[in-house]
Amino acid sequence: MLRATLRALAAYKVRLALSALSIILGVAFVAGTFIFTDSLQKAFNDLTSAGQVDLVIEPATTFDAGFGNEGPVRTMPDSLVGEVTDVPGVAEAAGAVVVRNVAVLGPDGKPLGTGGGPGSVGFGEGWIDSADLAEWRLTSGSAPNGPDAVVVDERTSEQAEAPIGGTVTVLLPSGERVTPTVVGIVEPVVLGGGASVVIWPTEVAQQLLTAPGQVTSIRVLAEPDVSQTELQNRVAPLLPEDVESKTGEQVASELTEQLNQALGFLNTFLLVFGLIALFVSAFLIYNTFSILVAQRSRELALMRAIGATRRQVRTSVLIEAILVAVIAATIGLAVGVGVAQGLKGLFALLGAPLPGSGLVLLPRTFAVAYGIGIVVTLVSALVPARRASMVPPVAAMREESTPTAAPLLRRGIVGAVLLTIAVIFAILALRPTDNSTAAAQLLGVSALAAVFAALALAPLAARLLVPVLGWPFSRSTVGRLAVENARRNPRRTAATAGALMIGLALISAMSVIASSTIKSTDAVVDDVIGADYVVFGATFQPFPPVVTETVAAVPGVETVTAVRSAVAQIPGAGDSPTIITIVDPDAITDVLNLSLSNGELARLNDAGSVIVDTTTATDLGLTVGQSLNVLTLTGPAEVKIVGTYEPAGFFQGFVAGNASADLLGAPGQDSAAYITTTPGSDQAEVRAALDAALEPYPTVTLQDQVEFKAQIRESINQLLAFIVALLILAVLIAFLGIVNTLALSVFERTKEIGLLRAVGTTRKQVRRMILIESVLIAVLGSVLGLVLGVLYGIGLQQVLSNEGITELGIDVPQLVLFVVISALGGVVAALWPAWRASRLNVLQAIASE
Amino acid sequence: MTADAASSDEPGLDQTVAAAHAVGLTKVYGSGAMQVVALDSVDVQLAEGEFTAIMGPSGSGKSTLMHCMAGLDSITAGEVYLGETPLSTLSDKALTQLRRDQVGFIFQSFNLIPTLNAAENITLPLDIAGRSPDLAWYDTVIDTVGLRDRLDHRPSELSGGQQQQVACARALVSRPAIIFADEPTGNLDSRSGAEVLGFLRRSVDEFGQTIAMVTHDATAASYSDRVLFLADGRVVDELRNPSAEAVLDRMKHLDRATSAQAE
Repeated sequence: MLRATLRALAAYKVRLALSALSIILGVAFVAGTFIFTDSLQKAFNDLTSAGQVDLVIEPATTFDAGFGNEGPVRTMPDSLVGEVTDVPGVAEAAGAVVVRNVAVLGPDGKPLGTGGGPGSVGFGEGWIDSADLAEWRLTSGSAPNGPDAVVVDERTSEQAEAPIGGTVTVLLPSGERVTPTVVGIVEPVVLGGGASVVIWPTEVAQQLLTAPGQVTSIRVLAEPDVSQTELQNRVAPLLPEDVESKTGEQVASELTEQLNQALGFLNTFLLVFGLIALFVSAFLIYNTFSILVAQRSRELALMRAIGATRRQVRTSVLIEAILVAVIAATIGLAVGVGVAQGLKGLFALLGAPLPGSGLVLLPRTFAVAYGIGIVVTLVSALVPARRASMVPPVAAMREESTPTAAPLLRRGIVGAVLLTIAVIFAILALRPTDNSTAAAQLLGVSALAAVFAALALAPLAARLLVPVLGWPFSRSTVGRLAVENARRNPRRTAATAGALMIGLALISAMSVIASSTIKSTDAVVDDVIGADYVVFGATFQPFPPVVTETVAAVPGVETVTAVRSAVAQIPGAGDSPTIITIVDPDAITDVLNLSLSNGELARLNDAGSVIVDTTTATDLGLTVGQSLNVLTLTGPAEVKIVGTYEPAGFFQGFVAGNASADLLGAPGQDSAAYITTTPGSDQAEVRAALDAALEPYPTVTLQDQVEFKAQIRESINQLLAFIVALLILAVLIAFLGIVNTLALSVFERTKEIGLLRAVGTTRKQVRRMILIESVLIAVLGSVLGLVLGVLYGIGLQQVLSNEGITELGIDVPQLVLFVVISALGGVVAALWPAWRASRLNVLQAIASE
Repeated sequence: MTADAASSDEPGLDQTVAAAHAVGLTKVYGSGAMQVVALDSVDVQLAEGEFTAIMGPSGSGKSTLMHCMAGLDSITAGEVYLGETPLSTLSDKALTQLRRDQVGFIFQSFNLIPTLNAAENITLPLDIAGRSPDLAWYDTVIDTVGLRDRLDHRPSELSGGQQQQVACARALVSRPAIIFADEPTGNLDSRSGAEVLGFLRRSVDEFGQTIAMVTHDATAASYSDRVLFLADGRVVDELRNPSAEAVLDRMKHLDRATSAQAE
């Protein structure tokens, strides 16, 4: 029996190749994801544990606000360096100056690497002479030795076109520009973030970035016989209350933990798409084995007739499936290595080269690749295997062994039940509620039930919908034949279209959510922003207040008001920091339509007074008049809620007045500035004047409302494109499924095609027939997917309306485009099967029994 | 003997027009040691309005002859003419169109399209050509075959005999210059077979249809006007107005001749 299985495998290898290909693609993506993240993890771990100093002393922070929310630059006197050096057991100590938001300007006058990604923030640092303490080492040139001498990293040198001896233009956090000369090139000792770095002599860095005599941290090296913990204990008595120390091990493990968390997220995110692709592969495999079993039913019946048991027949099909899976998973793993390499290359291309050279293949990756490949294939082959075992021995004697398709009643019942479940859960999810998380979960269950209901009902849909979709083709005989071919085996058509349906459902749901988000933010911009222009930092980084002052002096500008963002931990709001927006209470209503439902804005002029939007107030159970003990970056503070306001899209949460800036540890930089122009002024003139005034500050962008909306739209569409790109894999496999089904059908219909050719059908007509069938399957799948996706997209928008997606947006042209692309995909998928069909030898085709 | 048979026919050729004829038709399969000569310089005329049966033992080349003359198979040497058109130089497209417009086919295994009902199967060649059937002719064909009450049935709902009747009607409805039938009764019981043959005979007598039929059944051959006997890729004998007995007799003779040759 095993020999028969192996023979069958060899005989049908071409027909099994496409199912294998789908498994290869899915496994390659999953394995590639694991290899990629494992390799990164190892590279990062190697780097973070190596090259750490023994102790780092820094001004204390009350909590970790997260990257980009660090607040004002925190410093301490460098007199501490000498005291630390004198502690017994300290080999060396040095004061370090490390300040963010130091941008290097490129030849085009724009900051380097602000296109997004991890490299968007530059650092300014002070040079540390000791090679054991420094985070950077020279690769060429010399250390900076004068007020106008700096060293930079190699990428910065290249991108700014500033080789050794050249000058770089550097924009300081204060808004001031300097143009020092590059005297050396450095590379990171520890982990480089990909951001640009400019290193001055420490005294110069202090003058430019902190203050004379002030450093941001002290790096300490212990004598060989002193442990890190021992060193920490010895240094501790020297440290003032607002200064803390971390051992190198602590720093490394904190860093490792953060990185692993980020990698874990990336891993899960990518895996989701890999699993979707494998789910889609399951349809392809199911179809292949179903069709092969149907085509081989005479052969299988013969096996049964000569004494094979049902179990043997079933096992032989399953063994065939396992062999296909093992071969495919092995190739998939190999391709996965390529995928991982490709992902690394992609990051390098995007301007964020990743550390490490080798790829890490953990045993877990092997287990997952083979496990997932075999499980998906086996599960998909179960039903066909069972069907194979049901072939009666007498079928061997029959003339024609076309298995009569079982009625679709059972499927109809299962589909109806699932549909009912989907509807019930959808109704539950869409009840008015404050808990959008629970509602989203209910909707998720409903969506899952709906997908399976659609899959169960798809054969019925194929039977009913195909003639409707095929109506434009029904004028020609070839078209009618194609429609009938697509209908004759509704299960096959449905399973093929179902694979595409899943991909299209996800894509169109994403499209609806993206359009709704765009429409909602547009509405907020229209309703809330009264300003004519807004100024934001590039990549939404804070910018120096001098920008706001510069703008205020431009003729034609009526009001300018800046907002700042402080972060604090608020009781009841969890560990993650909450943003408190600091505004000028007297000017803010000129630029933002804040409608207070309770209290007065003017009361924000008292330090410690805050207002909060009504949704947040309900969520956290806050009432007007209540006092809260919050933890800011600089320490605990008491704030009082003096009013509530209607949430206005992105403008929500806690709002305080400028009077509370110091209390809340607000940074010295603005996060946005809103501008209104004098009524009656020439807009073009004002715009030109504003642009001219802001020219020295390339890290900020000025936008009017239209541009602002366009920018939001662009970033949402980018995200949509990214997700769609990841879903393409699943769609690609679905199209492979169409190729597969058509190829198998052409094989099955050899005789028919031969007859058509004999009675005068031209090759072109045969090709067109296959092409139309393919397009019908593709359009059926995409239309079903679209309906499902749009319905659940609408549902999700309703559920998320509390979260700011208040408007429903459906981008009809975009959705139509998806269907058109699917139809074109159907054409492409049909090319090979159609070519084969048109090349069939007429004689052999009619003769073949 | 071949030459005799051919030359004895030649005077008749001047009076009756040939619907198809082959000159020096040679078909060789394979090459080298594997080479098989299926047809060895065969000259054949299929006269218009005549029902010709082609007989011969297995491997005699009778099916190959039919396939070549119908433009389904390429030829190695010689020429085949459908009407006055030589086939060997035609492109696949031209050949396809010629088949569509000039040739009808009836196969042993019926070869109907399972997704089309009887009526659609019958008009398939016309539909593919984008022509509408001559309604009067269509009705005549349907009534002659006797399928009127089965027209909306799919092939799976018809008996073998009925399916072959549909195939006959399909071959006739486009009024082809010639119909090629390949063992049309091979898959039928004798009663259904007789019905189909009777129908073919009537289409020759009543409508002047030209038919060439490959068969190994002497009874089937007895419905024809003329039987050509093939052996080893050559036309070896011919019989006009055959009876089943006469055909059987010739076949026995032929079998003895070939087996003697083989020895």
